[in-house]
Amino acid sequence: MEEPAATVGVLALQGDVREHEVAFGEVGVRTRRVLRPADLDGLDGLVLPGGESTTLSMLLESSGLFEPVEKAIVGGMPVFGTCAGLILLAGRVEDGRPDQRSFGVLDCTVRRNGYGPQRFSFEGRAAPATDELGTEPVPAVFIRAPVVVEVGPGAEVLATEDGDGSPVLVRQGHILAATFHPELTADRRLQQMFAAMARPAACHGR
Amino acid sequence: MRPGSMGGMTATGERETGTFTVKRGLADMLRGGVIMDVVDAGQAKIAEDAGAVAVMALERVPADIRRDGGVARMSDPALIQGIQEAVTIPVMAKARIGHFAEAQVLQALGVDYIDESEVLTPADEAHHIDKWPFTVPFVCGATNLGEALRRISEGAAMIRSKGEAGTGNIVEAVRHLRSITGDIRAVTRADSAELFGWAKELRAPIALVREIAETGRLPVPLFCAGGIATPADASLVMQLGAEAVFVGSGIFKSDDPARRARAIVEATTHFRDAEHVAKVSTGLGEAMRGEELSELTERLADRGW
Repeated sequence: MEEPAATVGVLALQGDVREHEVAFGEVGVRTRRVLRPADLDGLDGLVLPGGESTTLSMLLESSGLFEPVEKAIVGGMPVFGTCAGLILLAGRVEDGRPDQRSFGVLDCTVRRNGYGPQRFSFEGRAAPATDELGTEPVPAVFIRAPVVVEVGPGAEVLATEDGDGSPVLVRQGHILAATFHPELTADRRLQQMFAAMARPAACHGR
Repeated sequence: MRPGSMGGMTATGERETGTFTVKRGLADMLRGGVIMDVVDAGQAKIAEDAGAVAVMALERVPADIRRDGGVARMSDPALIQGIQEAVTIPVMAKARIGHFAEAQVLQALGVDYIDESEVLTPADEAHHIDKWPFTVPFVCGATNLGEALRRISEGAAMIRSKGEAGTGNIVEAVRHLRSITGDIRAVTRADSAELFGWAKELRAPIALVREIAETGRLPVPLFCAGGIATPADASLVMQLGAEAVFVGSGIFKSDDPARRARAIVEATTHFRDAEHVAKVSTGLGEAMRGEELSELTERLADRGW
């Protein structure tokens, strides 16, 4: 019998929501925009897109989404954060705003806007550190990207940036996070990886 | 296919900066957000506190430029740097139309986006800036689809409606948005021969016209600027197809800038949720006074071509 297709929510408060929807559509995953708590019902996973992390943090609170999303993640819902999404997941944030809230579920320290202003944003490559991604580098677009400055024992590094070897793809159980934007390139390995994590048949411990 | 995204793959360890994907990428990350005009570090903090996705650093908001007259130029670098130090969100700044030396200075200052803006006094009556050689991305204003495509062909990575800056009157922004999105819809219905006619009429490259026929949207994000003063204005333009909004004079020329800024951010995110827009619109105090278009002596939107 065929497995039911997964439905993944995309946090749609602000940021590059459409690109995530298109990318997941290409690997056969249905998506639903999440703007209010009721939109979380019945999801198999959640994507936290790129955007401005300070704005997203504020809108998560004002939309009543912060606590329900936190509860869902702590309860085992698979989550995939890219760029600002990674900052929202990180346990420790440097150069953020004092009132900026993160879910704090990913055991790493991240420095916001770690490469400097936009003129230092770049296209580069992420070298896989795991067989799960194969051996070919993943094309990676870094837009005012955060830098992961330290990874704790709870998290594993799945890929590193070609230039300086810093971690750019990190996983901790059901949490996957990239400092770059896999939704802006044609390579679909990360979407496939997350689709496998969010498969309805998979046991999320919920 | 995005222009420039075919760019050669880098050798191991190389980082390719200033590609079209990278320039457009920042515009993508700002979608669904509000970019606010600020004239000092204090206003920049208020904007960031209110949830702005970026600020536009300038010496005078458009309403004051309109009132004061004279030549409006790029801001003093000290003002821009002060704002860069005050906030963690992207900082944009304006260069005069065609003034590529001002743009070079802004790039050297490390601003995150340059607005080649009709709000400043144009420096060149025939040529906009060739934006391709720059590493920093550009946003340009447009009143119609042809103007938008000409700016994109010059390298703009974001288009905004011009509206009529500094008036607090949304009517021109609505006209420009409807013109752009209406023509995009018409282009998608054209056959292959008619596309050449569209390219001629729009005075735009056929490759960009064909791309619009295929995708049904501009090759870069379309934002709205010029006359937004209320949360409902933001909801209106988002429903008309804008992907984010610029608010110039509308915030800091109002009674309670912090609350109004926050309300416009909320209305831009929840633009389809009229109850939410109603809630955030309640008790905001006076909006900026605004101007009736027929009483204006000069239309800023007529600058550029």
